[in-house]
Amino acid sequence: MTAPIRAVNDFVVKFANVNGSGSASANRLFAKAILRMGVPVATRNIFPSNIQGLPTWYEVRVSEAGWLGRRGGVDLAVTMNPQTFEKDQAELEPGGYLFYDSTRQLPDSRFRRDITRLGLPLTTICNEHWSDPRQRQLMKNIVYVGALARLLGIDMAELERLVGEQFKGKEKLIEPNVEALHLGFEHAGRELAGACGLEVRRADAVGERIFLEGNAAAALGCVYGGATVCAWYPITPSTGLAEAFMRQCERYRIEPETGKKRFAIVQAEDELAAIGIVIGAAWNGARAFTATSGPGISLMQEFLGLAYFAEIPAVVFDVQRGGPSTGMPTRTQQSDILACAYASHGDTKHVLLFPEDPAECFAMAADAFDLADRLQTPVFVMMDLDIGMNEWLCRPLAWDDSRRYDRGKVMTFADLEAGREFGRYLDVDGDGIPYRTYPGTHPTRGAFFTRGTSRDRYARYTEEGPAYVDNMQRLLKKLETAKKLLPAPELVPAAEPTRFGLIAFGSSMPSVREALARLAEEGVHLDTLRVRAFPFSRAVEEFVATHERVFVVEQNRDGQLRQLLVNECGIDPARLWPVLHYDGTPVTARFLIRAVLERLSDAKVVPFRKAVS
Amino acid sequence: MTYLPKPKLHHPALPKNAIGLTHRDYEGAISTLCAGCGHDSISAAIIQACFELDIEPHRIAKLSGIGCSSKTPTYFLGTAHGFNSVHGRMPSVLTGANLANRDLIYLGVSGDGDSASIGLGQFAHCIRRGVDMVYIVENNGVYGLTKGQFSATADKGSKSKRGVVNTDSPIDLVALALLLGATYVGRSFSGDKPQLVPLIKGALRHKGAAFLDVISPCVTFNNHKGSTKSFDFVREHNDAVNRLDVILPKKPITADYEPGEVIDVPQHDGSILRLIKLEADYDPTDRVAAMDYLFEHRARGEIVTGLLYVEPHATDLHAELGTVATPLNRLGEAELCPGSAALAEFNAAHR
Repeated sequence: MTAPIRAVNDFVVKFANVNGSGSASANRLFAKAILRMGVPVATRNIFPSNIQGLPTWYEVRVSEAGWLGRRGGVDLAVTMNPQTFEKDQAELEPGGYLFYDSTRQLPDSRFRRDITRLGLPLTTICNEHWSDPRQRQLMKNIVYVGALARLLGIDMAELERLVGEQFKGKEKLIEPNVEALHLGFEHAGRELAGACGLEVRRADAVGERIFLEGNAAAALGCVYGGATVCAWYPITPSTGLAEAFMRQCERYRIEPETGKKRFAIVQAEDELAAIGIVIGAAWNGARAFTATSGPGISLMQEFLGLAYFAEIPAVVFDVQRGGPSTGMPTRTQQSDILACAYASHGDTKHVLLFPEDPAECFAMAADAFDLADRLQTPVFVMMDLDIGMNEWLCRPLAWDDSRRYDRGKVMTFADLEAGREFGRYLDVDGDGIPYRTYPGTHPTRGAFFTRGTSRDRYARYTEEGPAYVDNMQRLLKKLETAKKLLPAPELVPAAEPTRFGLIAFGSSMPSVREALARLAEEGVHLDTLRVRAFPFSRAVEEFVATHERVFVVEQNRDGQLRQLLVNECGIDPARLWPVLHYDGTPVTARFLIRAVLERLSDAKVVPFRKAVS
Repeated sequence: MTYLPKPKLHHPALPKNAIGLTHRDYEGAISTLCAGCGHDSISAAIIQACFELDIEPHRIAKLSGIGCSSKTPTYFLGTAHGFNSVHGRMPSVLTGANLANRDLIYLGVSGDGDSASIGLGQFAHCIRRGVDMVYIVENNGVYGLTKGQFSATADKGSKSKRGVVNTDSPIDLVALALLLGATYVGRSFSGDKPQLVPLIKGALRHKGAAFLDVISPCVTFNNHKGSTKSFDFVREHNDAVNRLDVILPKKPITADYEPGEVIDVPQHDGSILRLIKLEADYDPTDRVAAMDYLFEHRARGEIVTGLLYVEPHATDLHAELGTVATPLNRLGEAELCPGSAALAEFNAAHR
């Protein structure tokens, strides 16, 4: 008999539900109550491309130590979906707990022997208590949260407070929900007392941190960054970003005297129109963005080349999902890196930012507009479904009120009137960045014709080869300037000197940090570099140069960031060891540890025993 | 060629308009289109319309897609910003530009390939959004720059220069514009400047989505016998329903016409569109009747021209969206950034 797992503030709960059954808010209530008890949680929705009926899961990792990546494995499965009962049970760690609706008797053969069953007759309880079928269904979710509170020691007062907050303005709903919580709590107390060895204990490990989705954070970054035009087309997982922008603009961007809007949002007919609107608005001096995912990026290709060549400051949020084609729309990946870095035909190269969590989504969203204006080029904020659609515990959002928008090199009426020389593609400062004018600035000076085809430094039409080359070279110089302006990579040296390094970025970081800590405990030390932008700065090249071998962790099949490193920095591919996770689920620390140890073992750096333990 | 400088000198006695500009101030670079191209006549009509309306050229933004027609914005209003964008995608770029600054006039120039073939979707959606613009299609039924392929407006049965007969049904952009809610719809002919100039003027003064389909024969690839977009064919089949006279605000309204001969449609800005009836029963403020008329006469092989529809109380996308009066591109941190105090509240609500 395997001993039941005993753990305090360190375990994984996975809820298995049916899509559309109202479970999402109940599960969130569970997670937030734990947070309110000062214990960090990491939550992840695993959901189908469906509105109603298909299986959906919600994973809550409770970690007082603060590990926010996906751990892998489940300690407590809350199985509310008969369709996936077997699979959910199979995922349990030996000694884990299975919470299920015991209304219908299941034969012993349906249960694993190395787990503890926590059965409550939820359907019976709800049927006895409520008569309305919809209410019976909805309340079942709240009843199991109450039961879990009893089993895990979650403070009921926190749950009640959260219910109060959730139904603020709809007070009628508070009472039945609180009643349901207590119903579950009491039943669990009577029928399952002491049966669960997992416990939530009040701690002080959350601090000032907030619990927020990346999409909402990025949208707020757009509000703070001064975006006034948003054009978008619905596509999972980016839809929430545009929708959050709408909500936040309604809140923060209404002109008080008139009630009119200081923003314009257009749901375009497709992604081509969305990026076209963004380009038109940015050309005309407004800060504009679109939010999309991989298939949308594919559709925008021609326009992105135009924006690169015509030097239009467009901001694009790519909330990446499993590709290619329609791929896995509700699963996460980091697989659009090459598609964005080299988007369009001809010679193009684009600026990419890689936020690691919602707080950085906010900061980088706002920065993206400054960078786009300064560099006069499209800027991609490379998010993914994991960051975008899951609530993450992250540092609070911050804003410096003395900050001013950097609108870049724009000649004003006064500049033109004073006789300043204007050449739209003239590099007067030696940084590759020319000056631009907004349409309508001056009656006789500063107008130019924007083209996708070639032109000279004064925007005059030409098909002469040298003028084309001159312009293309200047664009390269501009990208060199970009390297100095983009967020620098973040270096975390290992506790002990090491020949090995690891490069990672974006949503992989929580799992990377956990893996590194555990590897260090095993005596395996890796210096880490978190890449935050492309084109890569010198620091990235130096990091690779100063390590014998460097792991490159990414969530795609082809090692796309690694390819960029090889391509752009002229690095010998043999020196970069790919660590690739691309099944559509977020990478786990367990996966990373194993991958690193296996590679080191193959290279005879660590003994084989360690690699497989 | 456009890189040849055009002499800036002009005769001192050239007439000036109310803002002191001459006709020459509305010109652009020298056209590189074929000699006799209908598009050049349209450019000339645009120049004349802007001159007569006393518009400051730099307050117009010229946008186009790709093709012969889309090259033309270089050839007029040289002191205005222009954007030669992507094939078939001018409408979205124009929409974005319009959202950024509602104070400028947006002139979209496109062709039949650009709007009816590759860009049909964007054409339709910018019309149905009611973007405040003048959208001119210079319609010749062929692809000129790639040497004479049919476009989607070519009539079924019309013959290409190489003798190929078009078997696809044509897309009538005027009918589509009416269907999709354009609030000013006209059709004209590049060879009829007296009709075209007022139609452009009315469109420039109109607040809302103004669409003009201007048949503009391609002298090189589509002006032969068997073509339904040739000068001869259009002249022979032109059925003009009215003549437009744009009367600006505060200008005296003369009564040269008998009652019943004209229809006056007041515009948002106080100007009046005076329509001299050529077709006694044609009511240009009745969208459904306009569509009926169009379809009936098209079936008879006639090309209906004139101001076919105008909505007196048109609105535009900004009105629908409820945007502020100040152009969005002029708002700064003070208006746009909620600041750190609001952020502290936001943080508190997410714990």
